[in-house]
Amino acid sequence: MEEQLSATFSEFRGTADEIIPLLQKTQEELGFLPEEAMRRIGEFAGVPFSKIYGVATFYTMFRFTPLGKNHVCVCRGTACHVRGADQILEHVERELGIEENETTEDGDFSLETVACIGCCALAPCITVNSDVHGRLTPKKASRVLKKVRSAFEKEEADGE
Amino acid sequence: MGNKKTIIVCQGTGCVSSGSIPTYDALEAEVKNAGLTGIEMKLTGCHGFCQRGPIVIIEPDGIFYSEVQEKDCAEIVESHFINGLPVERLFYRDPVTDEPIARYEDIPFYANQERIVLARCGHINPEVIQDSIDSGVYKAAPKVLEGMSSGEVIEEIKKAGLRGRGGAGFPTAVKWGFCAGVEADQKFIICNADEGDPGAFMDRSILEATPHQVIEGMIIAGYAIGATRGYIYARAEYPLAIKRLGIAIEQARERGFLGERVFGSTFSFDITIFHGAGAFVCGEETALIGSIEGGRGMPRTRPPFPAVKGLWGKPTIINNVKSLATVPEIINRGADWFAGIGTEKSPGTAVFALTGKVANCGLIEVPMGTPLRKIIFDIGGGIIDGGTFKAVQTGGPSGGCLPEDFLDIPVDFENLAKAGSIMGSGGMVVMDETTCMVDIARYFLDFTRKESCGKCVPCRMGTKHMLEILENICEGRGKPEDLSKLMELAEAIKEGSLCGLGQTAPNPVITTMKYFRHEYEAHVYENRCPALKCKSMLQYHVDQEACKLCGTCKKNCPAEAITGDKKEEIPFEIHVDKCIQCGMCVTVCPFDAVVKTSPGIVKEEKKAAGAGG
Repeated sequence: MEEQLSATFSEFRGTADEIIPLLQKTQEELGFLPEEAMRRIGEFAGVPFSKIYGVATFYTMFRFTPLGKNHVCVCRGTACHVRGADQILEHVERELGIEENETTEDGDFSLETVACIGCCALAPCITVNSDVHGRLTPKKASRVLKKVRSAFEKEEADGE
Repeated sequence: MGNKKTIIVCQGTGCVSSGSIPTYDALEAEVKNAGLTGIEMKLTGCHGFCQRGPIVIIEPDGIFYSEVQEKDCAEIVESHFINGLPVERLFYRDPVTDEPIARYEDIPFYANQERIVLARCGHINPEVIQDSIDSGVYKAAPKVLEGMSSGEVIEEIKKAGLRGRGGAGFPTAVKWGFCAGVEADQKFIICNADEGDPGAFMDRSILEATPHQVIEGMIIAGYAIGATRGYIYARAEYPLAIKRLGIAIEQARERGFLGERVFGSTFSFDITIFHGAGAFVCGEETALIGSIEGGRGMPRTRPPFPAVKGLWGKPTIINNVKSLATVPEIINRGADWFAGIGTEKSPGTAVFALTGKVANCGLIEVPMGTPLRKIIFDIGGGIIDGGTFKAVQTGGPSGGCLPEDFLDIPVDFENLAKAGSIMGSGGMVVMDETTCMVDIARYFLDFTRKESCGKCVPCRMGTKHMLEILENICEGRGKPEDLSKLMELAEAIKEGSLCGLGQTAPNPVITTMKYFRHEYEAHVYENRCPALKCKSMLQYHVDQEACKLCGTCKKNCPAEAITGDKKEEIPFEIHVDKCIQCGMCVTVCPFDAVVKTSPGIVKEEKKAAGAGG
């Protein structure tokens, strides 16, 4: 990790105002923010670890455990809510066998919710690995997940 | 080249998610295969009618094709371009009359709008600066830099009467004036693109569709207040907007529109994009500043106001995307023109993200003062699935829900505030009889409770407490005294919170209590949800007369709560003890034979309350 972090930090000057961009870049590289990485950011920016941790935990985009290989995110915006987002969320939870903010045991899928992705005209919607799927019904959500799963499994098999 | 045609394919986030990238590629390939010349392909940002995406427009004919998938592209090229026959089956159809409408200008969704801020959205390629220049962007900035003093610019904006489009409606010129009057070695202008309201996507669409217009607005604002550095604070959830902004800034630098000596003048100005990290409170000015400085985005006490002491202690002005996108138009067309649109106190136009239970969802722009009824019924096409209008929510978590009685009020800052809601940054969510107003209040409190930064106790603890009460009511554990307790808490949170988040957080509860109190009472006294939304109060059963014994409900029930058999002709039944009220059976039944009810029970409290008075 040490080398990877040094490479990540190389485009920064190491000033306090770079804390959020540093956290973002590190998460982009590592997928999440391990404690060690946050300590290193603190040393690099000359700021105590407690402050780095305080900033990182304040913002919802930062996570401290690794995500699954596929990231499913159910939108809970107002437009999605009035068009049945909770039914979609429950259905996705059943399909994946996990609850919000959990990852499947095999590490293939993570499920999160988001306050709003701004695709309100297509409500209710979810994102899977940043692709937006809109105008969902529980059945359509199943189809989306099935498609993602089979594409992913094929990719895994090809990779081996 | 009188017959040169352009195929415009929308590539805003909405259309992309509906598949507009494969549509674009297929159209391009079909045109090439057919050996057609004189046809230009063009990608644009959001047309606003996201619900009908992917949207394809053929110019100069103005023919509007909706929901164009890859498989439709060969037909469009052959029929429209080779045979000269537009493809009627892909036209928009009026939701009421089912009439196909060919030209987008004739579609009521567009015909009833007046687009100033959104004028270019969907007509220019946001990734090609020349397209923006040809459409009139970057005319105002040189005009300002060559011939106007900072004071003259502020005076022009003041005369136009522009009010901040972020929600509160503070006069932009007054804000600029504060900052211009302060001496400092460095000042900042920040474009607030931290569009956090759930149910709103105006700013995202503008940034995706016409980023140069916002950049130009920032140059003019920077010049007016004396700032040489600009920041755009953009939500991390908007990757496409951030990408297009990055491209636009780079292109503007290459042309000398940003950087040293902008447009060959003596004024230097440059812009940095700051990616937000997901905190709703950062839409608040001082929290946003704290976030750019690298800390937790928590609001600070004011005064000092950011205009005097803002980012890194320097005078800073923060304007919303729409305010900044409006500025160049005011400079180009004059303050009097702008002041002549809208109402006396709220000039100009309002941009809304119209969503929820309306037939036509999307991005709209109307003159201030347009009645809600016109927005929802003429532009929005009324309620979907033949439902009835119940309420309209404006202003997101800070706003309120207004009932039918308010449909004829003109929409502007004052009228919405008087009704108990706010203009907000532009989210407008329409609700029908299936929306439970207690559940909506609970929904918003859940949001503000999560997003409260925790700095002040009334907001941090108060929203949590209100949420608990609302959850109890929704889950059938409500008590009569909860209703007065909610109002008490609402007042205390409003009074005692430091920033706008807390001060406005109770608004959804206050307005729903005021206009839909009977729904609260049905929950509390009768354990009944009139909108058939709150799960614990619902029961499902199969209407045996309508049931065709197809068994779809049983197959799809995740709780194995349904019994019955087609072959044996055993009627299908839903067992209350096993039912988890997920509603799957209702969704999948092809014959509408599953009935949802909220029978209710008369609680002891009601009797007691009734006896007491």
